[in-house]
Amino acid sequence: MALAHPVDIQGEGAKAPIHELDLIVNGMHCAGCMRKIERGLGELEGVSKARCNLSTRRVHVEWESKTLTDRDILTKMKDIGFEATPFDPKLLATADENQARRLLRAMAVAGFAAANVMLFSVSVWSGQASDMDPETLHLFHWLSALIAIPAVAYAGQPFFASAVRALKGRSLNMDVPISLAVLLATGMSLFETIRGGHDVYFDASVSLLFFLLIGRYLDIRMRNRACSAAQNLMSLRAVTAQRILADGSYETVGVCDLLPGDLVAVPAGGRMPADGEVVKGISHMDASLVTGESLPERVVPGTLVFAGTINQEAPLEVRVTKSDEDSLLAEIVRLMEAAEQGRAGYVQMADRIARIYAPAVHILAAGTFLGWLAFGATVHGALMSAIAVLIITCPCALGLAVPVVQVVASGKLLRLGVLVKSADGLERLADIDQVVFDKTGTITTGDLKLRAATGLSEEERALARSLALKSSHPLSKVVAESFKDCQALPLESLVEMPGMGLSGRYQGEEVRMGNAEWVGGVEGHGADTSGLWIRKGSNTPKWIAVTDTIKEDAAAVLDYLAHDYRTHLLSGDREAVVAAQALHLKFDEVHAQQRPNDKIAYLERLKKEGAKVLMVGDGLNDAPALRAAHVSMSPAEAADISQTAADFIFQGKNLGPVVKAIRTATFARRLILENFGFAFLYNAVAIPLAIAGFVTPLFAAIAMSSSSLIVTANAMRLNWERRK
Amino acid sequence: MSALLFLIPVALFMGALGLVAFLWSLKSGQFDDLDGAAERGLLDEPADED
Repeated sequence: MALAHPVDIQGEGAKAPIHELDLIVNGMHCAGCMRKIERGLGELEGVSKARCNLSTRRVHVEWESKTLTDRDILTKMKDIGFEATPFDPKLLATADENQARRLLRAMAVAGFAAANVMLFSVSVWSGQASDMDPETLHLFHWLSALIAIPAVAYAGQPFFASAVRALKGRSLNMDVPISLAVLLATGMSLFETIRGGHDVYFDASVSLLFFLLIGRYLDIRMRNRACSAAQNLMSLRAVTAQRILADGSYETVGVCDLLPGDLVAVPAGGRMPADGEVVKGISHMDASLVTGESLPERVVPGTLVFAGTINQEAPLEVRVTKSDEDSLLAEIVRLMEAAEQGRAGYVQMADRIARIYAPAVHILAAGTFLGWLAFGATVHGALMSAIAVLIITCPCALGLAVPVVQVVASGKLLRLGVLVKSADGLERLADIDQVVFDKTGTITTGDLKLRAATGLSEEERALARSLALKSSHPLSKVVAESFKDCQALPLESLVEMPGMGLSGRYQGEEVRMGNAEWVGGVEGHGADTSGLWIRKGSNTPKWIAVTDTIKEDAAAVLDYLAHDYRTHLLSGDREAVVAAQALHLKFDEVHAQQRPNDKIAYLERLKKEGAKVLMVGDGLNDAPALRAAHVSMSPAEAADISQTAADFIFQGKNLGPVVKAIRTATFARRLILENFGFAFLYNAVAIPLAIAGFVTPLFAAIAMSSSSLIVTANAMRLNWERRK
Repeated sequence: MSALLFLIPVALFMGALGLVAFLWSLKSGQFDDLDGAAERGLLDEPADED
């Protein structure tokens, strides 16, 4: 953990070197957490700076003391109640973060230029109607040029770079006509200014850049948020492992140095450093990472365990079977990357239109130029008309048609409790014809509830609660909570047997609670639920059934979806449990015991059959499937990586937002198509005028801004849609 | 018309001032953690007993 790096202070007055440490703190959620962390770390001697970043869930600490180490900082974080993982910011500093800043700077410059150039343009237009003398007009043109040219050179770079990339790849995107129009409008205006001409289009080029940059910035901000969550995933990995040497002593090694065959010790509460097989010890593992199930899995010698899962109860000795890069966790990450590439083939609607639109516009402009030449116009006159065509067709409305609707739709969904993470997610959501659900945490709440405790006497209930209070196992917590109106009884010689259960003495008799083997119950009882046994003295053991509850509106949502979509249930849970829970829900297909790669295979099969699938899931085990699906949603309680993989995140304990999101997406697509319709209608009117040479700067400015306004106003209809 | 001679520089100067202020705030990290900034407003600085 040699991540704290001293920084040399240059110049005089340097005292102790400053150490820096960056931490990922996933448990930080609100102002209270931030204050607790900043105050807590600030109390340490020598700490000069502790700053939380809530957006990225990271903390930056600086200190000057020689005695303080990064280990002390981590201990302190643990004391305050936060699990922190150190990381090297240099490895994680993404290109995207810088890109967002560049876009914001470009937007600021374009905004400044647009406002000031517009100031001159309005004077020029009104001056043309009254008494502006040629000298003032000329001065204003030069001032506009002075502001617009540097601004275009700076703020236009994101578009120019993207257009060049597209052209190099021998394809066309929306940025090609945008760049061309901006450059031509600026270049021609400069030429006209020097010539002392009448018409300049500086205002059109900078305000176009400004509007488009706003859309770009919003888009990249959504994507950045997703990326930082993905990087925080690294905190799921154990950093070091305790290797057991031949002589029985321990040695601390990095996880990547572990080899198959090594023996490692995993303490209670520790993360499994590698995939392996338990050799010694009995315990419960929190395997939600792999199976998505909330209930811990019991492990005994011989059980296979996976990297990243958490050992909950007792120390284990594990024989490593796979090296770090072959572990299941690494496999999941690889599956995700592979699925991601598969999706890269999706072309956004705007780009699909650009592929037709860009050549059409350029051919029109070239035709105008040649046409005017053929009819005997001067080269200058023909060129002016051709450029006017390019400017008037400049895809201002087209460029806004999609982003405006997406931003309005995202805003509306946010109010409904759905976060839209990828801009094109809305487009893809409108395409779907099938919906695949995960079970635990998606269809069910993921909270365990007592289902049946028949035949338990009042005393047994009280005993169950008394025993359960002493254990932190999830089942015990449910029992303690369910029987909370019972009086806790005094128990003696209380023992917790890891992986088995609890025992204690009450009034001279032994009381046991736990699994069938421990208590003496019937193995395999209640295969369709989870639960535990309790026995007092020599009485017959009694079964306490605990089950996961189905979300309140799940049945209604599935009824609704069944009208238009095919629905599937894919679960990692046992066959009997899944069948029992899916009984009253309208699913077309139900599949149990699905591992991450099974889920992917299932989705791939649907894709091959031509289906467009929406995947709704929450566990880390669903992450690759979320990526592989055409579009995906994840509840807000989901594992971070699933939220990263999903296109939408919905809040609340209900499934209702899924339906709302689908409906909004469908409506949004209709609006986008209408917007394209408007843009084409506008072009159909304006292009003939431009070809005929009737377009003046005032006409261009009015036509362009009014078409943009119509497109924006149309998008606002999303908000007016009556809530049903 | 001579009013333009100082009105235009004044307008441009004020616009540039706004631009510089924005670029400065961007550079000094005020846009790095928008969520955190929103939450921090809720903190009641002086009163704290935990």
